Amino acid sequence: MADTVIIKLTAAETAEKIASGELTAVEVTEAHLARIEATDEKVHAFLHVDREGALAQARAVDAKRERGEKLGPLAGVPLALKDIFTTVGIPTTVGSKMLEGWIPPYDATLTRRLKEADVVILGKTNMDEFAMGSSTENSAYGPTGNPWDLTRIPGGSGGGSAAALAAFQAPLAIGTDTGGSIRQPAAVTATVGVKPTYGSVSRYGMVAFSSSLDQGGPCARTVLDAALLHEVIAGHDPMDSTSIDAPVPPVVEAARNGSVAGMRVGVVKQFAGEGYQAGVVQRFNESVELLKELGAEIVELDCPSFDLAMAAYYLIAPSEASSNLARFDGLRYGLRVGDDGTLSAEDVTALTREAGFGDEVKRRIILGTYALSSGYYDAYYGSAQKVRTLISKDFEKSFEQVDVIVSPTTPTTAFPIGERTDDPLAMYLADLCTIPTNLAGNSAMSLPCGLAPEDGLPVGLQIIAPAMKDDRLYKVGAAVEAAFTARWGHPLLEEAPSL
Amino acid sequence: MPGITREEVAHLARLARLELKSEELDHFAGQLDDIIGAVARVSEVADQDVPPTSHPLPLTNVMRADEVRPSLTPEQALSGAPAQEQQRFKVPQILGED
Repeated sequence: MADTVIIKLTAAETAEKIASGELTAVEVTEAHLARIEATDEKVHAFLHVDREGALAQARAVDAKRERGEKLGPLAGVPLALKDIFTTVGIPTTVGSKMLEGWIPPYDATLTRRLKEADVVILGKTNMDEFAMGSSTENSAYGPTGNPWDLTRIPGGSGGGSAAALAAFQAPLAIGTDTGGSIRQPAAVTATVGVKPTYGSVSRYGMVAFSSSLDQGGPCARTVLDAALLHEVIAGHDPMDSTSIDAPVPPVVEAARNGSVAGMRVGVVKQFAGEGYQAGVVQRFNESVELLKELGAEIVELDCPSFDLAMAAYYLIAPSEASSNLARFDGLRYGLRVGDDGTLSAEDVTALTREAGFGDEVKRRIILGTYALSSGYYDAYYGSAQKVRTLISKDFEKSFEQVDVIVSPTTPTTAFPIGERTDDPLAMYLADLCTIPTNLAGNSAMSLPCGLAPEDGLPVGLQIIAPAMKDDRLYKVGAAVEAAFTARWGHPLLEEAPSL
Repeated sequence: MPGITREEVAHLARLARLELKSEELDHFAGQLDDIIGAVARVSEVADQDVPPTSHPLPLTNVMRADEVRPSLTPEQALSGAPAQEQQRFKVPQILGED
């Protein structure tokens, strides 16, 4: 089978062909490594490609098959791992100079689960430094291009993972979503991204940004592939004290049985208005019409607290970040600057952090320190926590009336690289629709719903479900995906320019 | 609500152990003032009688049996250390001379 065919297969198809012997895992891995070599100079999705490790893992899968051992549902399928998860023997930078060259001595639980499932990890993907950003421009190692238009952002913080999928460098990827960092990149690259229920995917070995919001999740080109990956990475982990000790919702079964017939689907009044691009609104409205045609009942919802979500998020996330990032002190691992034998540890720490952190990380540390300081704590952090309660209540009330909620994933299509780098507030607007879910802890998905007529760039449809009802995302997502693919005659990514 | 001054940013940076350069202070002070102006909207709910939420899950202490398990070797634990001596992290002086 030609490389050009192999790289376009879905993860499910790839695994099937490896299991049947039609393809070997080594062939599949080599095809993707060649694709990365041919395209990544332009895209810059990867910070590190682990050629030898990937091929060794692939050879192990092929040997397993030859011995007649049973293979898992994703055995031999290549994956692009966001550079926020620790990997033994492979650098983990979190997109920061602070951890340049750091080789972790342990695997994240997610990394371990991928290895145990015989998934082939191709390498580590680019991201906004410490996952803070919506464009991947905050990476200390340079931006990633959107395969739809290399002069535009691939979203963030998981822009590298989304770009790797859209550039056919890997059929699977992993992201993390604190305020939209899986879903917004998925939306602007016409890929599928899921933020599972908070506590579903272990945070052990995932470098912490905002611990009460951070959640790892699957990224793929199809809803079924995302479900297969979801099932591999989710589940209780004793190493994470916030890990939910309950069975993983039946996401694969849901993805194989897509349907919205008889479902009640909510549309939130607050997810519209100023700042929403006309083409995004148009494609969203068409998606709602499609859901009706497929047998769903549409219910309009009022969630007044959502108007305050962004303000609350940009107090809570920086507050937690200012505390979490205190560990980068130049003493035990990572960068150390200015240790000339005369300076105190305190001075060395301050010089190290000045040199190791980029602008957005510094801004958020200062903002968080401000919000948590006495005199401002009640007014800012305290009020933000109240908003968080109100958002959860608005979701609870909504889910008494509907099974899922839909919205645009992000108010605009991919913006040009450089457009918002010096305007943090404009950058923050990219997460307007994704943030409420993180604050409440429930689950959400983004999947492609068309191209905006005015710029020809992808638009994402967001589906939101209650906590631990992640299977509903896949049931609805699979139905929408099938109907759109039939209407377009092919998956949307087919329309992306060849690199 | 009041905005934030360049002096306050400098103070916060010191608290957060960030040795900011003068031009960074100029740059960040304006941006942070804008951001704080925008996020100050949360004070709309300050007077509402609503319990705060710090976490999406009801958190409880998670305990495990107190038994010896395999863990990192000293070499692994020290593998990322900027400086080490006698199987320990070597750090700049923490206490003053006197």
